[in-house]
Amino acid sequence: MTTSTAAAAGIIQQVLDAQRNQPGALLPILHAIQDALGYVPADAVPDIAEALNLSRAEVHGVISYYHHFRSEPPKGAVVQVCRAEACQACGSDVLWEHASRSAGQGVTLEPVYCLGLCATAPSMSINDKPYARVNAGKFDRLMTQLRAQLKEAA
Amino acid sequence: MSSTPIKIYVPRDSAALALGADEVAQAVVTEAARRKLNIELVRNGSRGLFWLEPLVEVASSQGRVAYGPVQPEDVAGLFDAGFHTGAAHTLGLGPTDQIDFLRRQERLTFARMGITDPLSLADYQAHEGYAGLRKALALQPTEVVQQVLDSGLRGRGGAAFPAGIKWKTVAAAQAAQKYVVCNADEGDSGTYSDRMTMEGDPYMLIEGMTIAGISTGATRGYIYVRSEYPHAIHTLNEAITRATAAGFLGDNVLGSGRAFHLEVRKGAGSYVCGEETAMLESIEGKRGVVRAKPPIPALKGLFGQPTVINNVITFASVPIILARGAAFYANYGVGRSKGTLPIQLAGNIKYGGLVEKAFGVTLRELLFDYGGGTASGRPIKAVQVGGPLGAYVPEAQWDLPMDYEAWAAVGATVGHGGIVVHDDTADMSKLARYAMEFCALESCGKCTPCRIGSTRGVEVIDRITQGENRPQQVKLLRDLCDTMVNGSLCAMGGMTPFPVLSALNHYPQDFGLSNPDRKAA
Repeated sequence: MTTSTAAAAGIIQQVLDAQRNQPGALLPILHAIQDALGYVPADAVPDIAEALNLSRAEVHGVISYYHHFRSEPPKGAVVQVCRAEACQACGSDVLWEHASRSAGQGVTLEPVYCLGLCATAPSMSINDKPYARVNAGKFDRLMTQLRAQLKEAA
Repeated sequence: MSSTPIKIYVPRDSAALALGADEVAQAVVTEAARRKLNIELVRNGSRGLFWLEPLVEVASSQGRVAYGPVQPEDVAGLFDAGFHTGAAHTLGLGPTDQIDFLRRQERLTFARMGITDPLSLADYQAHEGYAGLRKALALQPTEVVQQVLDSGLRGRGGAAFPAGIKWKTVAAAQAAQKYVVCNADEGDSGTYSDRMTMEGDPYMLIEGMTIAGISTGATRGYIYVRSEYPHAIHTLNEAITRATAAGFLGDNVLGSGRAFHLEVRKGAGSYVCGEETAMLESIEGKRGVVRAKPPIPALKGLFGQPTVINNVITFASVPIILARGAAFYANYGVGRSKGTLPIQLAGNIKYGGLVEKAFGVTLRELLFDYGGGTASGRPIKAVQVGGPLGAYVPEAQWDLPMDYEAWAAVGATVGHGGIVVHDDTADMSKLARYAMEFCALESCGKCTPCRIGSTRGVEVIDRITQGENRPQQVKLLRDLCDTMVNGSLCAMGGMTPFPVLSALNHYPQDFGLSNPDRKAA
């Protein structure tokens, strides 16, 4: 565990060194950290604050304001199901209920408000890969595939 | 193998990918190799006929011929039938540009969409790309701004403010550094024309922003793209790299001695960052909280400097205005709504897709002549136009022409041109409640009517639908909406009442009210 913490600290330092001098650097830095680690660790906040000459409260405020940033690592794959109007018009409420019941372990299930796939609703994404015209059956097939992939990768 | 490869097109648009375009592309390559056929696979943008995606095209002696929707398992059969020579197949749709849905459009901004390879600068220039910038560089900056003014182009993001007036204000402002910012935080459900542009024709946006830069004296630009659009971000970054390497961006744009640098900034899942001042805060690295206006961003915008802010489609409309002249563009449209609007048909609709038409087309034409009614085959009950903050439009208003003023007169909004269709199973009280709930979730929290009003709105709607002292609660909801409309800092709180009140006014039975209670919007 200590090695991974040290590795994470190294990545955070690299990101800060590379990006701290651009105007409005905080969001690009948070994105780079989350892209590399899957989340923005709470103990990175003081370092980010110092690098940008901000208070810890300001950095924490930004992380907690935006839905995209997480302070905890996601469990397994990130599965986002769209719950906005165009998808609602095509049954996404039923899909969301089904997903909430059956997603199971190894998946972080989240609502998302529009993936821009509104003519092929309902839509969802798995680790940023988009899927359209999803119903309960297609959702289950995708989850079965996903679990097989995760097992293979492990 | 024959010497000239057969060109086969499989789109790379997110919606096509979401329906299996990558797998289809892979199957095409594998199958062609197995048959020892010399093919060139082009990953084009989408034509915007989403019920036909993945739409595969072949360049044949009769021009481009379309097949769709194609699944990987169809590919071998397509080759068996000789689709690579344009031969008939059950999935065959004939010449692409003769497909009715496309043939009846007036594509100015979307003229190249789906035709070209989005990242090929050669392809872009072979299709009128960069003609606008070359014209602009030959003119005085004030003449360029005048062209935009004369074209009548108004902000396509929804607010419909004349683009030329913004540009003129920024051009006249004195500052050491000015900026051009593109609002690509397309968060409204039912809208995807920005996404299609960024994924399918990114140089058009880059060219439009470059013209804005050189004509207003801004040397730096940002495109603020929502994090929900990873493919758009990737395509734009690649396009910016290539455009910079080819001299279309950088310190010396096309050898003109003028500089314009462009960068993508990624949003982080906040809807309100689509509001221009919240977006500026976000680019500056802060919480996306709305600023009070004045000062207007044209004078005090990004980092406190004069800033041109426009939506993707606004900037993307500029190259053709410069290339063909303001009069050409202004010749389309009706009244003060000049030019064309890329309209997005979405939700429960049979033929969902992108329809670019001159202003003046009616909602009924769009819903039925283009959209073909609902996908479910049931009657259309309600249509929300202009995103989550747009009104639900009842059938009585479907003959209104698409025109900013005509829609404003009935309390509705054309907005970004997104049209979401609901069939007769929709519960309008539920959709009204959702509008308030979404506002509560996404409010930046700066002003009270939006922050508190949205939560109270959910509660009041719940009491109405549960039948608790209904007449009094309806009055309370109307009072609350009045406060939100008149007291909110931005459109988030100020327009959430539009869907709520339109649902209440036009579909009172869904709230357990009888029709006589009905009031005008």
